[in-house]
Amino acid sequence: MAKMATTTYREALRTALKEALVKDPRVFLMGEDVGQYGGSYAVSKGLLAEFGPERIRDTPLSESTFVGAGIGAALGGMRPIVELMTVNFSLLALDQIVNNAATIRHMSGGQFNIPLVIRMATGAGRQLAAQHAHSLEGWYAHIPGIRIVAPATLEDARGMLWTALEDPDPVLIFEHQTLYNMEGPLADDAGPVDIDHAAIRRSGKDLSLITYGGTLGKTLQAAETLAREGIDAEVIDLRSLRPLDMPAILESVKKTHRVVIVDEGWKSGSLSAEIIARIVESAFYDLDAPMARICSAEVPIPYPKHLEDAALPQPAAIVAAAREVVGRRG
Amino acid sequence: MPSLGSDMEAGTLVQWLKHPGDAVKRGDIIAVVDTQKGAIEIEVFEEGVIESVQIKQGEKVPVGTVLAMIRGTGPERPRVPAATAPPSAPAREGPPTPAAVSAPQKRPHEEPSRLRVSPLARKLAADLGVDVTQVEGTGSGGAITREDVERAAAALKTSAAHKPSAPTARAGDMRAAIASAMARSKREIPHYYLSSTIDMSGSLAWLRAENEKRPVAERLLPVALLIKAVGLALREVPELNGYWIDGAFREGTGVHVGCAISLRGGGLVAPGLHDADRMDLGTLMRQLTDLVARARTGSLKSSDLADPTITVTNLGDQGAEAAFGIIYPPQVALVGFGKIAERPWVCSGKIEARPLLTATLSADHRATDGHRGGAFLAAVDRLLQAPEKL
Amino acid sequence: MNEPAATAATDVRPNLDATNRLHVGHDHDLLLLHEMLRIRRFEEKCAELYSAGKIRGFLHLYIGEEAVAVGAMQALGRDDAVVATYREHGHALARGIPADRLMAEMYGKHEGCSRGRGGSMHVFDAHTRFYGGNAIVGGGLPIAVGLALADKMQQKPRVTACFFGDGAVAEGEFHESLNLAALWKLPVLFLCENNLYAMGTRLERAQSQTDLAAKARSYLMPAEPVDGMDVLAVEAAARRAAAAVRRGEGPAFLEFRTYRFRAHSMFDAELYRDKSEVEVWKQRDPIATFISHLKEREETADAILGALNGSVADEIDVAVQFAEAGTWEPVDDLLKDVYSPRPGSDGAA
Repeated sequence: MAKMATTTYREALRTALKEALVKDPRVFLMGEDVGQYGGSYAVSKGLLAEFGPERIRDTPLSESTFVGAGIGAALGGMRPIVELMTVNFSLLALDQIVNNAATIRHMSGGQFNIPLVIRMATGAGRQLAAQHAHSLEGWYAHIPGIRIVAPATLEDARGMLWTALEDPDPVLIFEHQTLYNMEGPLADDAGPVDIDHAAIRRSGKDLSLITYGGTLGKTLQAAETLAREGIDAEVIDLRSLRPLDMPAILESVKKTHRVVIVDEGWKSGSLSAEIIARIVESAFYDLDAPMARICSAEVPIPYPKHLEDAALPQPAAIVAAAREVVGRRG
Repeated sequence: MPSLGSDMEAGTLVQWLKHPGDAVKRGDIIAVVDTQKGAIEIEVFEEGVIESVQIKQGEKVPVGTVLAMIRGTGPERPRVPAATAPPSAPAREGPPTPAAVSAPQKRPHEEPSRLRVSPLARKLAADLGVDVTQVEGTGSGGAITREDVERAAAALKTSAAHKPSAPTARAGDMRAAIASAMARSKREIPHYYLSSTIDMSGSLAWLRAENEKRPVAERLLPVALLIKAVGLALREVPELNGYWIDGAFREGTGVHVGCAISLRGGGLVAPGLHDADRMDLGTLMRQLTDLVARARTGSLKSSDLADPTITVTNLGDQGAEAAFGIIYPPQVALVGFGKIAERPWVCSGKIEARPLLTATLSADHRATDGHRGGAFLAAVDRLLQAPEKL
Repeated sequence: MNEPAATAATDVRPNLDATNRLHVGHDHDLLLLHEMLRIRRFEEKCAELYSAGKIRGFLHLYIGEEAVAVGAMQALGRDDAVVATYREHGHALARGIPADRLMAEMYGKHEGCSRGRGGSMHVFDAHTRFYGGNAIVGGGLPIAVGLALADKMQQKPRVTACFFGDGAVAEGEFHESLNLAALWKLPVLFLCENNLYAMGTRLERAQSQTDLAAKARSYLMPAEPVDGMDVLAVEAAARRAAAAVRRGEGPAFLEFRTYRFRAHSMFDAELYRDKSEVEVWKQRDPIATFISHLKEREETADAILGALNGSVADEIDVAVQFAEAGTWEPVDDLLKDVYSPRPGSDGAA
């Protein structure tokens, strides 16, 4: 058994960055304020001093061009890690991500591939209002040609980056901004993890709670409440949003026959909608109750705390939805 | 009409800039075509003399239409259609258009309030032969869940009440119903089996003579004699005609002979010939024919299926020599007939070829003993030796 | 360039005359002419095949602008990279992508240089480091910046030539990319093909500052306008600029003033410009003027021209035959190469 040490999600990400920079000279980090400032979420703090300005590159506020430059550098033999401050800012680089990163391999008949990693913060919960708090990873999961992952645990914060860098295709890593301060034990020898599979974070038989990223904690909390009521919930952490690990999801559905999806994205045209559609396509006759979703209210995320809380998925709503699909009213 | 864009389907020829007799060379502008994007000049890719124009000014034609014929200057290509797309252009090939598109059909009748059954529960109910309309739902909004169906299935297993399966039930449901009933029968009923070989030469001779007198449509089959004989024999041994319910035998209020009929899609029903012991042979034959036809078209009435007091299975048509059946609970007896075939038969000390039939009885030992069963088969035999009295 | 010609020129070629034109010898002149003719004839054939429905999608012809691609490519070496636009058949041919594979791509055939997946607007070729064919105006500039960044970080003395039109100058990515390339001193050769129209919008109607080199100079990189109808002028300017870029002096910008003789795409009624304007520019046809220039100096020009034309016609014929004989990619491969192959998969989505 490896020795455990207390760490944070932020430190785990930083350790992963360091490891990558040390292991592979082709790796470099670029983005807004990743160097002297230390990263807007302080993930890259100290890396400039350690690795120098060639490999820790502060960029101008030119999202489209530094993401595109990441694509070009990947085509040119490097292994760039591009940091975008938030998913909202990533929209300025949507052209490069969707029109170039996702298409060039297919469009060139497989001649060129793009081993690019893009990291960005996503999600709400820190009263940052409607231009810093959205969860648009589901949009990106719509796009064939890129992979989307969402580390929700310390192990994944530590281990997903290296695997993503080794992937020959573009990988987008979504880090929920409320997780950066998450603290907990992590094995000293923690290292790369797979980015293909969902993980069962709590095993149960009465219903499947499917979630990822920032809402994993809230969902596990809801599962504990349900357990005290005698409802044994299974909690699935998707980890990879594209491709979805449908075998894992279906296996759980075939066991529990009931589903609640917790997703901080909005419902309309969303990842949660996609998961429900696929379950209906593949496991209709395993369903013993209508599936339910707990998602963000269909509003731009508001600034005041009480309204922000009301707009986001909360444990109480997850519990209520679970009771409903199990057929018990609280 | 040249294709000028993926979204261009047709163009209007606005003006001919060259006319028959004019010499043209590659790159010349030959005409102006109006499109939804405005007027566009049409260039020619051939060299030669315009022989004729096929399209008048002001005419709108689809892409691919020949606009003009050009006589080429080279000897090997005397005539070439100008400015046209070849008919075999791959982009022109679309998926075949369906010959007819049927309008969405209105459902014949919508159930006023659809039963709320979860997909899993519905599937399970079908597998277990549970009628979901009889199940109480405990799920969200009163929906029937898997647990509700499992509870209902368990109750069904222990229930003694016999419910004939609905004739319109799907094959899967029917299989499940047969499985349930037969398993229950073998589990609960202590069967005994008797068999008797019956000389049918007299019956068949009488039948031949009788049929000669009848119009073709009213001719009798041997099975009519067999059922009638069973009906009359049951008058003599009424302990075989009825039900075993709640630990006691209850005699049927009439002789209603259930006839096992196999269905084309698989499965089996056993609708009854009511008061078979009182019908004349012609009526019995008519009703039996009618019953088989309706069973096979799925149009049995509920009265056909109500309360047979015994079942007859006739597997002779399939070539079986004898049939040892399983009693259909809560009935207490089942009569099986094999095929009628010529076999050696000792008669007055001599071996003769005779048409013989093996009749069997499966009976519930709780209701009768072998002695009464033997008496029943003996009665059947005796009755078949005097067919004119049937 | 800010300090044009004289100083830089000595680094490139020894024999510049007083007008700053190259005299690189007979063979090289013929090479330039041959390349321009290949592009012209290839595209004329494309127009014909488009009308016949053999080539579909959008088709944007380069006719009139051949001197830019042909002249500029002379400044590039084998290891350099090219990023182009959706009007890129000329660049692809001049860069060395075989005409037959390019024509097969126009058809969408499996034997095309992009396996038929891209068509006219998305020509890719790893062998010649040709990174597209980009149908998003301005979309190629950041990629060029990244390719140059990779070269710089790996200390490879390579140049990335990035072609784009005057339309791209209005895009944010133009300004972001010039800024970043200048800021990081990246080896990018920004080659703006100013044909005066962004589709149908004339430069003056889209730009407050129509001196495009001035925009580039504001990012502190050398920038100069060049006569894009004169292949020798294009080559000379490109060679000077590429040499400076290769020396590590950071990016350079050239504005080639050129003109497309054809419509923006095949389906364009050209409501936005006068035919008389086109005719005026056609007087400066880069091929015709270069032929005149040759004839002035070369007595046997007609014979040479005949031979060149014959060879080009043969090449185009063979390319069309190759494309016609090409095969369609099996539909079963539809999802292939959405992702790279992994163990147990072929990269299908």
